[in-house]
Amino acid sequence: MPRQCELRDLGRVGWAETFQIQRKLVEQRKAGLISDQLLFVEHAHVVTLGRNAHLSNILASPEMLSRGGVEVHETNRGGDVTYHGPGQIVCYPIFDLRNWKRDVRAYVQALVQAIAGTLAEYGIAAGPDPDAIGVWVNGKKIAAIGVHISRWVTSHGFALNVETDLSYFRYIVPCGLSKPVTSMEAEGVSAPSRQRVIEQLTRHLAQVFDLDVAPTAPRTGDNEMVLTTTEKI
Amino acid sequence: MIDVVMPQMGESIVEGTLTKWLKKPGDKVERDEPLFEISTDKVDTEIPAPVAGTMGEQLVPEGTTVQVNTIVGRIDETGGTVATPAAPAAPVAVAPPPLPPLPPPPPPPAPVAVVAPPPPPPPPPPPPAPVPVAAAPAPVGEDNDPEGPLSPLVRRMAREFSIDLRQVRGTGPGGRITKLDVDNYMAAQGTRTLEAPVVAAAPLPPAAPAPAPPPLPRVDGPKTRVEPMSTMRQKIAEHMVFSNQTSVHVTTVHKVDMTKVAKLRDKVKNGFKDRYGYSLTFLSFVARATTVALRQFPILNASIQDKSIIYHNDVNIGVAVALEGGNGLIVPVIRNADEKNVAGLQRAIVDLSTRARAKQLKPDEVAGGTFSITNFGSFGSVFATPIINQPQVAILGVGSVEKQVAVIEGDAIAIRSICYLALTFDHRLIDGAMADQFTGRVKQILENWSEEVV
Repeated sequence: MPRQCELRDLGRVGWAETFQIQRKLVEQRKAGLISDQLLFVEHAHVVTLGRNAHLSNILASPEMLSRGGVEVHETNRGGDVTYHGPGQIVCYPIFDLRNWKRDVRAYVQALVQAIAGTLAEYGIAAGPDPDAIGVWVNGKKIAAIGVHISRWVTSHGFALNVETDLSYFRYIVPCGLSKPVTSMEAEGVSAPSRQRVIEQLTRHLAQVFDLDVAPTAPRTGDNEMVLTTTEKI
Repeated sequence: MIDVVMPQMGESIVEGTLTKWLKKPGDKVERDEPLFEISTDKVDTEIPAPVAGTMGEQLVPEGTTVQVNTIVGRIDETGGTVATPAAPAAPVAVAPPPLPPLPPPPPPPAPVAVVAPPPPPPPPPPPPAPVPVAAAPAPVGEDNDPEGPLSPLVRRMAREFSIDLRQVRGTGPGGRITKLDVDNYMAAQGTRTLEAPVVAAAPLPPAAPAPAPPPLPRVDGPKTRVEPMSTMRQKIAEHMVFSNQTSVHVTTVHKVDMTKVAKLRDKVKNGFKDRYGYSLTFLSFVARATTVALRQFPILNASIQDKSIIYHNDVNIGVAVALEGGNGLIVPVIRNADEKNVAGLQRAIVDLSTRARAKQLKPDEVAGGTFSITNFGSFGSVFATPIINQPQVAILGVGSVEKQVAVIEGDAIAIRSICYLALTFDHRLIDGAMADQFTGRVKQILENWSEEVV
């Protein structure tokens, strides 16, 4: 029987705020107070550093970043440096993997599969690279993956470039790899709809992880407030 | 002692990298509290402690990749519960500064956390929860109970309040028992006792330190205390001896008038701090001047290999960082330091030293240095004679910058900011004249500072 999963499309939310929301949801997920969660957000320009990040992979000086309105944050996810910004769909699945496979590698592979499945609907042939995490199209990275797990509850997730301004990637060496990046738009999809891509991703994720995904219903009763931000569904 | 192992994070995963210890040896650890972090396939995972106790040895250093089921550390269970006040002689079991047990045994087998007396009848860690001893992958979550998956919180509550979970009705997803369910159950049963651990005997007084007990009768204790060296200490010792036996150390000291730099620094330091969030220090100016001088005197940036001189084309400066509590020394490396300006060097120094103290440096960040700087001035030393960091051939020691009375041009007396720079060089390769020309160049750059800083 598929497991319950709540879908929350938070729209444009700052990175730090999303991080707090994630933290809360993770705690509640660990405590068994909520079901699995699927968060979709879009961030303003931000560069984030994973646990294994080398500062040398940020190429721009702090002045240059602040002039470009780019924030820099350190995070507890795996991986190196990455960039988030407008035109990118960032997805943070908060899943309890004990109900699934208890397998880190299988989890990442499943994310890749769901993203690749979505891109296939647009005629983009994407897949994993044996040497590097992420989702790749002809040697160019279209989606970055960085995950944190605590007691088998996942946080952070992936970022799919839909119509991202790829020039911002100049500021960093994404994930410490000197490989080019791409987006759905750059791969020939004209004016991709964020809403539609989210629907497709959700469908593929639901299939891969055997989830029954429903948008968050307004909460009734005495449950503590889960989100501090306005929910945009 | 309970062994903690590298857990298996998936069927096909045979190894993992221990990226961070979240507890230090001697720290108290609660069961299920995050103990360390591992990285597998770019996924970072926090691993909870399998039992409560005191963090013992950490066998696997951060940054090391080991096979699944490798023992990475140990937890001493006996230290985990509140020390029973039973035996008056028992020093309240705090952690490190170990009051040695009376007959001093030869090197105690376990470092740190010396458990004081022979364990009094172990203050029962509540019914010795069948703890997976050794082997079994650290239980990242165990849910073999008939009730289905339970959160660690619920599990702990059940243990602490002796609740039979079969009596609790689950309202969570899939009939799962949530914290709320347990709360409700307890409210209904009226069993809520403030955190009182279920120890059959009389409730222990809360852990509040008892009012200072009368001083113990003075016993003529042992005259020495034996403690094994940490791995880092052993490495430092080896390296120091090796360096002393390898190079012919000579130190030359130049007196540098830092007044111009000090004025410039005073002018920009507030703006700098506002902008970057950390202070601008003299060290960065010295580092900048050093990299410029190294370009002009490449032999100071060389190494000796048999009968050859290896000139390094990159200028990679090691900056010695003292770890907190005098617990050692690490020399992270600023790569291509000559390509950075003062602000860039300051940033690199702050980043590397912060992460060095947090023990978050990666192995390649402490390797590959071609010249080192040590800033003993920050501890008030005026000058010292540093030991060369092999296989380099020189190290620059930076003394504290202090205002002094100085005789300046025109035989006038003035107050100047003075700093002594001590260069230790390997006299096998570098002659005194060369060393002094190099140090003189560093001095000249500092005294006639002309570069923009911000």
